[in-house]
Amino acid sequence: MSLKDKLLSSYLTFQENADLDNSIHDIKDEAIKVFEEHGFPTRKDENWKYTSLNSLTKPDYSLVSHADDALEFKDVKKYFLNDIDTYKIVFIDGVYSSYLSETTHDGVDVCLLSSALIKPKFKQVIDVYFNKIAKKESLTALNTAFAKEGAYIYVPKSRAVNKPIQIVHFSTGNEANLMLQPRNLIVAEENAEVQVIERHQSLNSNAVFTNSVTEIYAGKHARVDYYKIQNDKENASLIDNTHIDQQESSEVSVHTFSFGGKLTRNNLNFYQNGEHNNSILKGVTIIEDKQHVDHNTLVHHKQPNCESHQDYKGIFDDKSTGVFNGKIVVDAIAQKINAYQSNNNILISDKASINSKPQLEIFADDVRCSHGCTIGQLDEDALFYMRSRGIGVKEGRALLMYAFANNVLESVKIPQLKARITNLIADKLGVNIGFDL
Amino acid sequence: MLEIKNLNAGIEDKDILKGIDLKVKAGEVHAIMGPNGSGKSTLSSVVAGKEEYEVTGGDILFENESILELDAEERAHKGIFLSFQYPVEIPGVSVTNFIKTAINETRKAKGLKDMPASDMLKMIREKSELLEIDRKFLSRSLNEGFSGGEKKRNEIFQMAMLEPKLAILDETDSGLDIDALRIVSNGVNKLRSKDNAVIVITHYQRLLEYIVPDFVHVLVDGKIVKSGGKELALELEEKGYDWVKAELTA
Ligand SMILES: Nc1ncnc2c1ncn2[C@@H]1O[C@H](COP(=O)(O)OP(=O)(O)OP(=O)(O)O)[C@@H](O)[C@H]1O
Ligand SMILES: [Mg+2]
Repeated sequence: MSLKDKLLSSYLTFQENADLDNSIHDIKDEAIKVFEEHGFPTRKDENWKYTSLNSLTKPDYSLVSHADDALEFKDVKKYFLNDIDTYKIVFIDGVYSSYLSETTHDGVDVCLLSSALIKPKFKQVIDVYFNKIAKKESLTALNTAFAKEGAYIYVPKSRAVNKPIQIVHFSTGNEANLMLQPRNLIVAEENAEVQVIERHQSLNSNAVFTNSVTEIYAGKHARVDYYKIQNDKENASLIDNTHIDQQESSEVSVHTFSFGGKLTRNNLNFYQNGEHNNSILKGVTIIEDKQHVDHNTLVHHKQPNCESHQDYKGIFDDKSTGVFNGKIVVDAIAQKINAYQSNNNILISDKASINSKPQLEIFADDVRCSHGCTIGQLDEDALFYMRSRGIGVKEGRALLMYAFANNVLESVKIPQLKARITNLIADKLGVNIGFDL
Repeated sequence: MLEIKNLNAGIEDKDILKGIDLKVKAGEVHAIMGPNGSGKSTLSSVVAGKEEYEVTGGDILFENESILELDAEERAHKGIFLSFQYPVEIPGVSVTNFIKTAINETRKAKGLKDMPASDMLKMIREKSELLEIDRKFLSRSLNEGFSGGEKKRNEIFQMAMLEPKLAILDETDSGLDIDALRIVSNGVNKLRSKDNAVIVITHYQRLLEYIVPDFVHVLVDGKIVKSGGKELALELEEKGYDWVKAELTA
């Protein structure tokens, strides 16, 4: 049985077991129909030309895990950011772990989607936002149909969450092949502020296929910073579908750090629904072996006087492959838009490859839009400069790559996270950076 | 310390250096002057080990051993330092991180352990004070957005940190204002000792008032056509290169 058929036939049992109110049931019924009609995307779809899900949909996945979720904190501590105080929402094989988590309802809600979907006190928010931002495409619909767990973050008007929130999804590998479909909803009301760090982490080499959906709503003047750490093991694959609704004068940034995993696809969609929005999309990809990372971004400028900044950098070694497909749409009424996009890549090995494609659909005339993509080797003059100061070729190259990638981190607002990512990059590239002033 | 013998070098089909002979002993300061395009920077790059240039004849000895087969970093480890005419910008690497890496790589090549962070910091403090460099400056990306003068001062800061045996300063004075010229020259002079040697490449006599050379050489069209004491620089300033060229053809 194909994965699609398996999912379709499991759907009914799934629904019967879920204690949800009618409106959610309806949403899910509608979603499974979308998935039934479109199935998994294939390379015939323009948007999936360079990423094939063929091998990913082959295994016989368990859709739930039968694990007893005992993980010791000390064994997974390294996957958390520990040098700052944070809220934590932690899942083990898709199941919430209260033991590893630290949630709150004090002024803001940092908790679980499963309880938000059923408890009356959240109903109003769920009715307004759940599945309202997400695009109705096949993979998001698949998630909508099955989703029952994930992070729920609600920040009321003029509130700021007092510390960053870490969302961590562990998979234990208790099942030979596991499919996970986490669902996050993040709502920052007018003038609210929140920072989120998300990570998917498998704990052994069994296959995991995660199809994740995150909806983010940023109200007027709200500020949301979202950081994705994609540094998973070699048999873990992730399709991340993130949908963002921005209202007037809001600022939302999404940083995606892709260093691990087998196949990673990021569908990152920004919808600018108010004036004076600022959208920031940044990414660093450093991969090797046969890893594959695909960034598919959309910034839809629907209102005037907005900005968007995209800066993605990639370093590809061995037979790794990358894709960057950055689409910018500017509606006719969206005048005075400043849309910036750049995608720079370094191929270390001649077997590595990157497909980089900007897609601009601009219907307004007063628009400043710049885009550029480079695929290159390292700067030889810079390398000679370093060598003449005693830095060997290997270290010199590593340092140059480190510098190339590290530049993207300037906009990371959490210093401890920045340090962590800097170290990950240095580690990945074999650079020894001892201390900094 | 350095002995260049009948050095011929070029790039692709173009001959740039056409038989250079130069001997620099420890403790000496040599100045090389010469018109634009005569090969001064090429000479310094070839000594530093830039592979882009092909050596087609002759030899370069450093402490009595040929270094032609050595990589640029190996020459640096031996104590050869080149202050670039056009220092390269390296966005994303701070001055501190860069110099720290350079020092520790050099130590590693010599079989030494990394310099302890506290020693490194102390040395950075000392040398940046010597060159009157603001500490904030050191955390900026190497050369990125530095003014011309800042780049040159930073080159000499690195030199002071690396303490080379032979320093080649390629137009380090260009872009420096009057005060900076004095500070930078002072930095260079601090490094001078009976064990070290300096080659300064310059177009202007002014620098040589601060860093007083023992010898002045004139490079024209890939050859050293005239050598003399420090008075030669004054004479050149007065009469221009046509004078030397005229003497040649005469
Ligand atoms: N990489 C290169 N490719 C092609 N030509 C080169 C290269 N490097 C040097 N040359 C040529 O060799 C000659 C010598 O150049 P060089 O930079 O050594 O001169 P210079 O004496 O340092 O001049 P300046 O006083 O202007 O700095 C010039 O004609 C230059 O164009
Ligand atoms: Mg020159």
